Amino acid sequence: MAEVTKRMDIGGFLARQGILIAFVVFMIGFSIANARFIDPDNIMGVVRSSAIMGVMALGVTFVVISGNLDLSVGSMMSFSTIVVLDLHDKIGPALAIPAMFALTLCLGAFIGFLVGYLKLNSLIVTLGMLSAIHGLTLTWSGGKNMDIADKEGTWFKVFGQGDALGIPVPILLFALLAAVLGIMLAKTPFGRKVYAVGGNATAATFSGIRRARVVFTCYLLSAFCVATAGLIQASRSLGSQNTVGQGLELEVLAAVILGGASLMGGSGTIFKTVIGVLILGFIQNGLLLVGLQFYVQFVVTWVIIILAVWLDIAAKRGKLWSLIA
Amino acid sequence: MSDLTPVLRLEDIVKTFPGVRALDGVSLTLMPGEVHALMGENGAGKSTLMKVLGGILKPNEGRILVAETPVVMSSPLEAKAKGIVFIHQELSLAEELSVAENIYLGELPRKRFGLVDWATLETRTNAILEKLKVGFDARTRVGDLSIANQQMVEIARALTVDAKAVIFDEPTASLTDAEKVVLFDVIAGLQEQGVGIIYISHRMEEIFRITDRISVLRDGSYRGTVNTADTDEEAVTQLMIGRKLDLTRNESHHELGDVALEVRGLCCGDLFRDISFEVRRGEVVGFYGLVGAGRTEIAETLFGLRDPSAGTILLDGQETVIHSPTDAISRGISLVPEDRKGQGLILGMNCRDNMTLPQVDDLKAGPFVAEGAEVSIFDQYRDRLDIRTPGWKQLVGNLSGGNQQKIVIGKWLSMRPSVLIVDEPTRGIDVGSKSEIHNLIRELAAQGYAVIVISSEMPEVLHVSDRIVAMYSGRIMRTFTSEEVTEDNLIQAISGITPDKAA
Repeated sequence: MAEVTKRMDIGGFLARQGILIAFVVFMIGFSIANARFIDPDNIMGVVRSSAIMGVMALGVTFVVISGNLDLSVGSMMSFSTIVVLDLHDKIGPALAIPAMFALTLCLGAFIGFLVGYLKLNSLIVTLGMLSAIHGLTLTWSGGKNMDIADKEGTWFKVFGQGDALGIPVPILLFALLAAVLGIMLAKTPFGRKVYAVGGNATAATFSGIRRARVVFTCYLLSAFCVATAGLIQASRSLGSQNTVGQGLELEVLAAVILGGASLMGGSGTIFKTVIGVLILGFIQNGLLLVGLQFYVQFVVTWVIIILAVWLDIAAKRGKLWSLIA
Repeated sequence: MSDLTPVLRLEDIVKTFPGVRALDGVSLTLMPGEVHALMGENGAGKSTLMKVLGGILKPNEGRILVAETPVVMSSPLEAKAKGIVFIHQELSLAEELSVAENIYLGELPRKRFGLVDWATLETRTNAILEKLKVGFDARTRVGDLSIANQQMVEIARALTVDAKAVIFDEPTASLTDAEKVVLFDVIAGLQEQGVGIIYISHRMEEIFRITDRISVLRDGSYRGTVNTADTDEEAVTQLMIGRKLDLTRNESHHELGDVALEVRGLCCGDLFRDISFEVRRGEVVGFYGLVGAGRTEIAETLFGLRDPSAGTILLDGQETVIHSPTDAISRGISLVPEDRKGQGLILGMNCRDNMTLPQVDDLKAGPFVAEGAEVSIFDQYRDRLDIRTPGWKQLVGNLSGGNQQKIVIGKWLSMRPSVLIVDEPTRGIDVGSKSEIHNLIRELAAQGYAVIVISSEMPEVLHVSDRIVAMYSGRIMRTFTSEEVTEDNLIQAISGITPDKAA
């Protein structure tokens, strides 16, 4: 019996820490293949370019742990970006930013209402919202690209292009949000309820937890993160197409799953999601540095994502260890 | 019969799960043409044994022999190919497909180019259906059939192969008496063809009507096989329970306090009608009745999971409306639910977090959960309830059933409720933990809790209750004190027989 427990612990350890191990292996591998990979500038560059996707992944982590999906974040990010750029010239950045946050949160609240209170399937709802929000964005912009008139003079560019303490602002925002949301998930009653609802919604209800309210709040958090990502994106480019966030929802989901959150809900952490985001970023960067064609990257990235999902399932079924051994 | 070779033999099957020895050296021999009953209480290991036989679970030790040849079963399909066919209690039919398609699912007869040979399919299906004397044909959509007829489709499925052994798992659970007769004819027909039948059922009268031998499991171990003709119900019950039914009644009453909960004329649609009772502090009220009598539904209504259609609930004399579990909890009602794993626990969460879940909003240090306070609550109830776990970080899913149940009880005791409702507190729990939990319930009453115990087990109800409410078909038939209750009058009451007005 003791032996069985020990073996299971090793398997369990690998299942829990597998993603960190994979991360280290990737880093070492790419470093050997191309020394430029571990150059501090390169590393900073990767983190910086991962920040937008990373911020969105933080919010989606809450949604996934609560046992739901959010496939609308990519198209919602396009919406935020377009809206804030448009309003920038119309009402000024100081008003444009809160207005954009408010509108994005409304979208999140709507999804949260449908999935939480009306108990609709989150896949269907957010898949529908993916195209509905895209339509909303196109309606807003009239289908045209959005550009800020005075690209040099606006302080708005600080969120995407500025530095503070020698660190790019997008990275700071990502780190700050990760810290706040990480503590929220791990240490507050709300975080505990998110795990409970995702782990077993019925048992959570039987414990007096209002599932609908928890799910609703998760989608609000997700929308807040999307708005932040849209802000960084808009500020970085000061102009945007309507499709700037297209496809990001899958990358975000991949990062969350890579981090080890289960699609069934109930498990995952913000820290692991950050690792997942970085892995995805470094893989794409590493593949580029070793000279893989840009287009092939999409394929390789997807192979890695599928691998991660398979690992997740295998670990859940307890078959991972027997496959390795 | 004894000179024939057995169609199926299970030898010393052992199956362990983490922390549990679910099957402990179980052996079973099935002769051709015999109907062999497999009996045991819930959790005795019947379904685990059948899963091993069907290749769904791998045994840790032991052998399976079909016609004296050792085999390794790796899937239900393989079992079927070897002539071992299961007829499950839970139907696994595709409702949108026709009867014929369901029967031959996965092995539809083909013509050239892989096209389905519909004519052959129909002829074959109708031939089987004729044997079963059913009133539908091959083309009927399965979703349009009654549950009983769907079961017939399952049985028809079994007849497509050259079955050596057919396992019926509670086949009569949803059948009417007339349909049962047809089923028993089918079983007799199979018997004549030399097929061995394993018949799993709780219903004694069926067992004694159609089986030749009875094998009994208890707590995962084999308790013996008897010839049906040489035994009687009481002897079989003894084998199943391990002793004569302990029908001792609770005799010690605690000092009663005020009425904690009073229910007046509570109704909820068709589920229950005109329910009135009261529970005092220091009192255990048992609710006894058959499955479907409405006991659990009353508990769910009191806990805010259902809205009553009429009637009032009074807590400490105050009229109260309860719309949600959150309401119920804040008014001091706790429910230890019937389905421990589905409703009581989050299996992937650790022991401490499960236990403090209902009060996580109140255990705060600033904006954060006060983990120190949580650990001390866990420690307190671990000691008080004697929960055996390596530590609070252990995932609840890894604990034994008894310890899991204690976590649920601890969770609700730590809320210091004024009314504690426990629904089937010892279902699926080993005998030792059972009596521990019974003692605990009595102890809680002694400490001044008002306790409602819902149970389908008569010994349990008799054992813990000060008073017993007997329910039948959504109504309270009679309320007994533990002094006046007897096995006979209790059974009469839950069977809907109105007692003489003398009572």
